[in-house]
Amino acid sequence: MHELSIAENLIEIASNAAQAAGVQHVQAVHLRLGALSGVVADALQFSYEVAAAGTLLEGSQLVIQAVPAAIYCAVCAQVVELPTIQAFCCPVCGTFSADVRQGRELEIISLEVEDEQPTYS
Amino acid sequence: MSSPRILEIRRGVLEKNDQLAQGLRERFQAAGVFVANLVSSPGAGKTAFLERTLTLLRAEGLRPAALVGDLATDNDAQRLARSGAPVRQIVTGGNCHLEADMIGDHIDSWGIDLADTDFLFIENVGNLVCPASYDLGEALRCVLLSVTEGEDKPLKYPIIFHSADAAIITKIDLAAAVEFDREAVLANIQSVSPGLRVFETSAKSGEGMAAWIAYLKARHQKLAGDVG
Repeated sequence: MHELSIAENLIEIASNAAQAAGVQHVQAVHLRLGALSGVVADALQFSYEVAAAGTLLEGSQLVIQAVPAAIYCAVCAQVVELPTIQAFCCPVCGTFSADVRQGRELEIISLEVEDEQPTYS
Repeated sequence: MSSPRILEIRRGVLEKNDQLAQGLRERFQAAGVFVANLVSSPGAGKTAFLERTLTLLRAEGLRPAALVGDLATDNDAQRLARSGAPVRQIVTGGNCHLEADMIGDHIDSWGIDLADTDFLFIENVGNLVCPASYDLGEALRCVLLSVTEGEDKPLKYPIIFHSADAAIITKIDLAAAVEFDREAVLANIQSVSPGLRVFETSAKSGEGMAAWIAYLKARHQKLAGDVG
């Protein structure tokens, strides 16, 4: 269970980015999470709420985009998504491949934020 | 009044750890230290395997050292120290894995001279899940699996096996007693990590250790060649 530690890193990066941009309120954090990242989405969601408490991100939503693992199949000459990470073989022709092209992502993509509008009197 | 907008970030959540690990890797390479990170479930025989490895390397006039991570106690460090190699315990106080900053801090406070070290072994906390996400600056990540654990372990923990550079099957002296299905475990390892190098060893009988030691020496020589 290392998702709390991952969530703390996530909150720190997002908070710093929000502060640097002069953002007052963050509504959502968008994350890409690969099937090979070693991070469990449900555990991360739970940890996110805990880690966000008392920060600029308190009450914001974590939106996780799951990224399947994909390998390059030399026989089919194309990148193919894996239906399971128990077998690193091409789902089309069955050839094994260690040439992973996708699935290790653990990346913050963007924040949905709200800026205070300057008020004119 | 407020208006919603999207703020692009595109940053790795573990970038801080990855940057620290890369710094360590460059430091180890410059000093000619070959670093291996040993990962397994609790009880797979990491400490016995490492104690034998340290002893064998020292017998060949090489200079290994070890950092050993545990949730609590320094029992493993005491066992490893019997080899005569410099050993330092990292007590994580409940943390389920090692991170790059712990390695950096302990290298500095240890006072070990990396220039006088050929190999550094990092024995990770016994856990097949969390250590997969953390680069420690190692040149070689080894996942250990004992013959007593069940042949489907690579299928149950595919990510750590996939992230490893070598798999080490331990306790092969017990293989017959536990009716270990060697072909099944090799097939499962290849399924989750095609082409993964496998060593079959017994720290007790010494079987298979020569191939492992020869591999380490070759990797260390290659590292020294790259530096020189």
